[in-house]
Amino acid sequence: MIRSILLPAAALAALIGTAARAAPETYALPEPTAQFRAPSDPGHAAGFQAAQENCMTCHAADYVAMQPPRKGAAFWDAEVAKMVKVYHAPIEAQQAKAIATYLGATY
Amino acid sequence: MMDRRSLLAAMALGAGGRVLAPLRAEAGETVTLPFGNGERPLVAYPGKRPLLQMTARPPQLETPFAVFDEGAITPNDAFFVRYHLADIPTEIDRQAYRVAIQGHVERPLELSLADLKALPGQTEIAAVNQCSGNSRGFFEPRIAGGQLANGAMGCARWTGVPLKSALDKAGIKAGAVQVSFAGLDGPVLPETPDFAKALPLEHAQDGEVMLAWGMNGQDLPWLNGFPLRLVVPGFYGTYWVKHLNAITVLDKPFDGFWMTSAYRIPDNACACTEPGKAPDKTVPIGRFNVRSFVTNLADGAQVKAGRVPLRGIAFDGGSGIRAVEVSTDDGQSWSPARLGQDLGRYAFRVWNAELDLVPGPHALRVRATGNDGGTQPMEPRWNPPGYMRNVVETTRVQAA
Repeated sequence: MIRSILLPAAALAALIGTAARAAPETYALPEPTAQFRAPSDPGHAAGFQAAQENCMTCHAADYVAMQPPRKGAAFWDAEVAKMVKVYHAPIEAQQAKAIATYLGATY
Repeated sequence: MMDRRSLLAAMALGAGGRVLAPLRAEAGETVTLPFGNGERPLVAYPGKRPLLQMTARPPQLETPFAVFDEGAITPNDAFFVRYHLADIPTEIDRQAYRVAIQGHVERPLELSLADLKALPGQTEIAAVNQCSGNSRGFFEPRIAGGQLANGAMGCARWTGVPLKSALDKAGIKAGAVQVSFAGLDGPVLPETPDFAKALPLEHAQDGEVMLAWGMNGQDLPWLNGFPLRLVVPGFYGTYWVKHLNAITVLDKPFDGFWMTSAYRIPDNACACTEPGKAPDKTVPIGRFNVRSFVTNLADGAQVKAGRVPLRGIAFDGGSGIRAVEVSTDDGQSWSPARLGQDLGRYAFRVWNAELDLVPGPHALRVRATGNDGGTQPMEPRWNPPGYMRNVVETTRVQAA
């Protein structure tokens, strides 16, 4: 399929000949660029690492960054619990707690 | 019936597919929305002009508010984008595309786009699509979720056939009560509830709910559901399922997460609760309430004292706009605005007015009333998920 990268679809269809079907259309999604914020307190390093390793399986870090600022521990406990219980993120309880504590302290 | 994953796999095997390297989002300007953590990069996705990127994966893009001053129709390249789950289709063969009509029907069908275009009743309707959580960022106290300003709405001319035509062709069996809808987009983890919505059968058969392939005279933009989406005039965007490939007639109410737990509102007349409080009982979100906006002046604008033209848009859940009024005295008195061209009861209605402003600060308020008598509250209402904001909007300007 390397040729198909180099040739416009119309030229490719001409090469293949009359048997060719119209090409499937594709969409090039821009890659996410947002990163989790490093914690100011080194005590949250484990939560920071766990967030980086788990959350971005399903969504970009901007999902966290856009939330209202300084909502505190209960807000982020509830968010992490929702990810585990409702969306079935496979995060163990201890890691989930570390992530929520890091988020509550950092965002 | 091919499920979503096998369909994607089949598409991947199709001959002649062009493969493009993923693009990185272009670094560009940032817009700061007027609430905490409101910084949004302006990013131009393929087929879109630079839009406010709320999230990159899955993509959620908000329309810059100035676009709404361009007229009653929102251009395709400016129309907002909302996905829930990150496994979104990136390759679609429009020749091979099929939508299944299945479940409690006499004749299960798999309809191609050509089949759909041959069904009776092809039609066009101008209708607003608005996210349930449009304006969530303005709720106080603030709420978790997509932090949108007022740009998760738009009005387009949708081309398609009535859903009823497809349901009639399949033949609804006696005892059917609801119809559910699913699209090609899905979760990353198989355990995550896949996005699917449902409507009562009588709503699905009302002749207005549409299977749409066209938007403002063109194919649907990819991120707005190419090649086929559900259009549910007057209802929040959550029901307008994108990349629609499965329509299932049900003989019992749909029990999917996105109906039974998500997108529910307090079961009372205002769809509201005391701020911070949970409702006793909830129901699925439904029709839009009435809203209106000034579009030619941004909050904080400087204007020349004297006669100041005002322009904006209004819409509701389908009764149509009866009146738009403006006030400069905190709602003590209201002056009628002139309504512009009527593109139909589901469309944005453009309005115009003039105000005489003396030098100094002014708070300009706009209020619409629907043909059903519905109007906008002066004080914002609140509910836990942050849906259905429709407070009288205030635009603060300085006249000099």
